[in-house]
Amino acid sequence: MSETGRPTITTTGTVVIDVDACKGCDLCIAACPRDVLVMTTHEVNTRGYRYPQLLPGCIACKACAQICPDFVFQVYRYDEPVEQTVTADGVVSEVIR
Amino acid sequence: MSDHHLPIVDTSGPPRRAAKLVDDFTPALINQGAHHLCPGCGEPVAMRLIMEAVEELQLAQRTVAVFGIGCYTAYSNNLDVEVVQALHGRSPSVATGVKRSLPGSVVLTVQGDGDMVNEGLQEVLHTAARGEKVTCFLLNNGVFGETGGHMTAATVLGQRTKNTLEGRSAEQHGYPIVIGDLIAQLAGVAYAARGAVNTHTNVARTKRMVKEALKIQDQGIGFSFVEILTMCPTGWFIETGEAPQYLDEHIEPTHRFGVIKSPRSRRAGDIQPVHH
Amino acid sequence: MSVVRERQFLEGASAIGSAMVAAGCRFFAGYPMTPFTEVLESMAKLLPAVGGTCINAESELEAVGMAWGAAATGTPAATGSTGQGLSLMQESLAEITYARLPLVVLNMARTQGDYFQATRGGGHGDYRHLVLAPCDVNEATVLVQEAFHLAATWRNPVLVMGDYYIAHTWQTVDVAPIEFGPRPATDWAVNGSTGGSGRAKLISPLGDTKRTDDVGYDLAEFYHRRGLELDVMAATVPPRAETAFVADARLVVVAYGTVAKYVRQAVYDLRTEGLPVGLIRPITLFPFPTQIIRDAASHVDAFAVYENNRGQMVEDVQLAVLGAADVSSIGGLSMDSSGFGIAPDLDVATVRTRIRTALEAVN
Repeated sequence: MSETGRPTITTTGTVVIDVDACKGCDLCIAACPRDVLVMTTHEVNTRGYRYPQLLPGCIACKACAQICPDFVFQVYRYDEPVEQTVTADGVVSEVIR
Repeated sequence: MSDHHLPIVDTSGPPRRAAKLVDDFTPALINQGAHHLCPGCGEPVAMRLIMEAVEELQLAQRTVAVFGIGCYTAYSNNLDVEVVQALHGRSPSVATGVKRSLPGSVVLTVQGDGDMVNEGLQEVLHTAARGEKVTCFLLNNGVFGETGGHMTAATVLGQRTKNTLEGRSAEQHGYPIVIGDLIAQLAGVAYAARGAVNTHTNVARTKRMVKEALKIQDQGIGFSFVEILTMCPTGWFIETGEAPQYLDEHIEPTHRFGVIKSPRSRRAGDIQPVHH
Repeated sequence: MSVVRERQFLEGASAIGSAMVAAGCRFFAGYPMTPFTEVLESMAKLLPAVGGTCINAESELEAVGMAWGAAATGTPAATGSTGQGLSLMQESLAEITYARLPLVVLNMARTQGDYFQATRGGGHGDYRHLVLAPCDVNEATVLVQEAFHLAATWRNPVLVMGDYYIAHTWQTVDVAPIEFGPRPATDWAVNGSTGGSGRAKLISPLGDTKRTDDVGYDLAEFYHRRGLELDVMAATVPPRAETAFVADARLVVVAYGTVAKYVRQAVYDLRTEGLPVGLIRPITLFPFPTQIIRDAASHVDAFAVYENNRGQMVEDVQLAVLGAADVSSIGGLSMDSSGFGIAPDLDVATVRTRIRTALEAVN
């Protein structure tokens, strides 16, 4: 919990998603142990496939990169974890400690 | 822009805050990430973990990969290891010729189940029986993928394929050849294991099997073999997202995951499958 | 270094084995089949002594596959069989040609019925092999060594057409290495070392360049380019034939292999009687000595082709002659009851009679 009482999420990593490489197979969604990948519902890439997007909470476990048949992901681990608060209208901000 | 009402993180480029790259788009030994294999295909996942294993064991400068013919042939001109392209089913004999001529090299084959269990059954069995110091990798998806998804000798009972649309039946189509188990029975085989790439956990376990197989080749103990169950949603007539579960429920009960034979458990004619 | 330092009395198959080793062959794979089997036995004995490898493969399919792998490492490699075994190898022999690999292939043929298989190829697609046809053990030991030189020079399979008689005739031979000149460097060969360099080597019948974009192999471009290389090989390797008494002949007999020795003797005998006959004995079956025959056709009345089959080389003679003279077949099937050897009807007297009859038809 943050000082304002809002839920916080600890994020220790992030990914770079090569959107146009994706073929919309959904394997990464199931692979992610933190459930922080979601497929777009309407947007498609230049090939016409839906693609994944990242939510806060990534732990840089590389599961997505290892399972992806199209090498869509690059995975980074932050030097310092990031605490983030999610506001009511979905805005993510950092908690300053 | 997102079509969710969710806090989407910007993933269009590397992070601005201090971070280390822990996994790149493609492994160092795969040249181009893009390919024309189907969405959800397990073969690129298997190729990735094999090439990562070669790199992590620092074998790239000693490796010669001998490719069979199948969808995975797309990688024969896309790797940063030396490759000899063979014919359908005929990689083990070519690998034998390479390894006997270059005993210090690490020779591996990449074959599908149609290639190895149909066309090339004789080749792999004799190569294994002779204990050739090569490593054969089998990408098993239970179909001839490249020609459109027909039954192979590895297709499991009940599996629907282009020519077993009602499901493979023992009466009409005979029984599957459980190739990993068959190979393990041969005395020349030092290591035989079966992995899968349907979950990232299985990917990690399979990579350990691949590394073990290559190390055993390097130690000159004998023939090593890793079968890797891969997803083929196209060949299986299912959605891509269902393929990992289909593999677990339909393929794996016949082609069982685990180390079938290793130097530690090896006794001639006495197979002790160890299921993880 | 010569394996056989002095003249030895050897069976033809052993002499051929010694010739292969003298030429630098260090890998051989084969499957036992009459009359090739003794070549495999010979290599099994000779190769380990020079640090080479000889493998009894599980079938001819694997024998040629193993030789393919060895050839890919730059090791001078060979395989062989008799006609039926060569039939099994055809897919690989075609693809080895597309992959530009040097390989020497022996056909210890049962009769002369494998001419089409050797020169047209029983494999798929547009490929050519160089084909050499010795007529006896001595010539076989020379042509086998030349085959390795040609294979390395052109990065192409070279087939040596032997037969039952050459395999099983004992003769005194001295198999010293023959110098044919320098062989090109094998910098295309694989040994693992370019892995991880960004330029790892590829040996493939589908192409010779790595992917640089979204496209895979470009088979059309590759086969076209490979075809042009084969044209250069066919145009550059000198066709060879032994000729005798052609300049003033009215009838020239064309024959190859062991059979040609009988024909040669018959031609000499008929010449001593004053008959205007001559001999052309192709030594390269591909490239076929077309020009030698065409030149003869400008003054010769007729060609008689003596081959122990139902008529195969006669087509190449007809193509060379192109109507400038008559062409007939005076050979025919000839085999003993085993199907392996040549029948008793192959003797000099019989050959003389057939040539005489052909000459009378010309007059």
